[in-house]
Amino acid sequence: MTLELRDIVWSAGFRKIIKNVSIRVEPGEFLGLIGPNGSGKTSLMSVLAGIRPPDQGRAMLAGQDMKKHGRRKLARQIGFVEQQADTTDRLTAREAVALGRTPYLSMLSPWSERDDAIVNRALGDVDMTHLADRFWHTLSGGEKQRVHIARALAQEPKFLLLDEPTNHLDIRHQLGLLELVRELPVTVVAALHDLNHAAMYCDRIAMMRDGELVGIGSPADILTSENLRDVFGVEATIEHGPNGECAVRYHAGMKKDRAA
Amino acid sequence: MIGPVIKPVIGNVISSPVFMKRISVAFAALMLLAAVLAVAASVGETAIPVGTVINTIANHLWDAGHPVDAIDAGIVWNYRLSRAIVAASCGAALAVSGAVLQALLRNSLADPYLLGISAGASTGAVSIVILGLGAGMLSLSLGAFIGAVAAFAFVTLLALQAGRGTGAIILAGIAGSQMFNALTSFIVTKSASAEQARGIMFWLLGNLSGVRWPDVWLALPVAIVGLVVCLWHARALDAFTFGRESAASLGVPVRRVYAVLIAAAAMMTAVMVSIVGSIGFVGLVIPHAARFFVGTRHGLVLPLSALIGALFLVCADVISRVIVPGQVLPIGVITALVGAPAFALILCHGRILR
Repeated sequence: MTLELRDIVWSAGFRKIIKNVSIRVEPGEFLGLIGPNGSGKTSLMSVLAGIRPPDQGRAMLAGQDMKKHGRRKLARQIGFVEQQADTTDRLTAREAVALGRTPYLSMLSPWSERDDAIVNRALGDVDMTHLADRFWHTLSGGEKQRVHIARALAQEPKFLLLDEPTNHLDIRHQLGLLELVRELPVTVVAALHDLNHAAMYCDRIAMMRDGELVGIGSPADILTSENLRDVFGVEATIEHGPNGECAVRYHAGMKKDRAA
Repeated sequence: MIGPVIKPVIGNVISSPVFMKRISVAFAALMLLAAVLAVAASVGETAIPVGTVINTIANHLWDAGHPVDAIDAGIVWNYRLSRAIVAASCGAALAVSGAVLQALLRNSLADPYLLGISAGASTGAVSIVILGLGAGMLSLSLGAFIGAVAAFAFVTLLALQAGRGTGAIILAGIAGSQMFNALTSFIVTKSASAEQARGIMFWLLGNLSGVRWPDVWLALPVAIVGLVVCLWHARALDAFTFGRESAASLGVPVRRVYAVLIAAAAMMTAVMVSIVGSIGFVGLVIPHAARFFVGTRHGLVLPLSALIGALFLVCADVISRVIVPGQVLPIGVITALVGAPAFALILCHGRILR
């Protein structure tokens, strides 16, 4: 099954946020989405998730327009973890994960033991079983994020879309979360801020600037000094390892360039 | 084709232990409600034994032929019972509307009157009573209903113009309420006599004294249908826990659910307000009380809100009838007198809200 956008245009009011983006997510890969603030990453993620219908172009799942699939069917294929999703409701981690079963439940198919089993597995996948009965507001930022991912996993999706999943986490939890996500047997698309994380975990990286897709390819192809200067406006050296891995080392003193 | 597929599914659902448990709990709840209604019909200026109440009901429902004093039977059947049933319907409908709006708008301070309904109803009522609109063709209830629907339409249009998001709906509701309340005050201060002003104030605070059986046949079906519609969407309401986007990603048709549920809440509220006036605090406080007992899942919160709301308003009505001898207080005074301290308690123990 593939997830594909063709010539997508999406506007908020009169402002075009996404301009003619085409992208194809390959089954099984970890695709990273990078770009400066306001480059349209979050909007592109919502279009990919089928939450925002594009103004022009086609958003397709399994070769068919998302609209034709219908909301519920889409939710069984695509799990989406937003950037900021909080609640003041007094619910437990397990109840939050159980929300992921929503697209499978109806009057005629009520909650069953199978749903319990899937929720338990999702909690186990993100290593939250021991905190399952804690209330939401008592969880730390990293734990909340893991619960969100478990909720998305309880949807039994083929695609897991994560919008800046490591925001507000300390470095150990950032790496732990990305490690965890990479081990999961799903196709992952993640908008990432940290380019080194993108380099470490992504099979492919898509780079955005001003609502356009300016490049897509392996980390070594995309993360170049030229690209970082053109797209992000920073000076950096890319260090390449023996096995094709790469890391970004930033240079100080960029203020002068800005002024010029 | 569909029949043979669905039948075993329904069979499985019905024979499951969870379903049986729910049915028995629902049955117990209805029995409790019936018992409280019977007690409510026996309490009043002339105390009538519960046995007489039950005999009277049996006489009317099954022609049981129990010997009952005709005056007692008349009081029970024509006044107190219809009044108690309308109070129960009203309490259930307002509590469910409140629970639904709190969930949809992601705001624990939302209540059924947020949509401008009570303000519109009061404007409609004073237009009939004081300005004499409709030239005697329209009853006060109908006027209040028209006013409520007009205010709701105004708030809806405003919210749609103001754009996306729950904030727009809340702000539109405040704007609409303020405007219609101002209109009401304007009409009352400009044209009402002292006697009319007192009557209107009594009505605005909630008044069940004129309620008879025709009101039951309006209030009861509206409350039941409203509850069923909201219960049908219980899981969709759960999905709004983390906001609209999250609900959409869980497969909920957000716009449709919004339209259906807000319309259902508005209809329930408009009908109840037009029958009994705007009784405060039920729609705000009862859902929090229900959540305190059963958590956040709407499959439980909605029916329990309906039950507590019904019981609360029946009891409040009894208190309003007996607390001051020889005088009936507006029921809204009682609900607010009990509701406000209860709400203060909830606010202080913020854990319930958080």
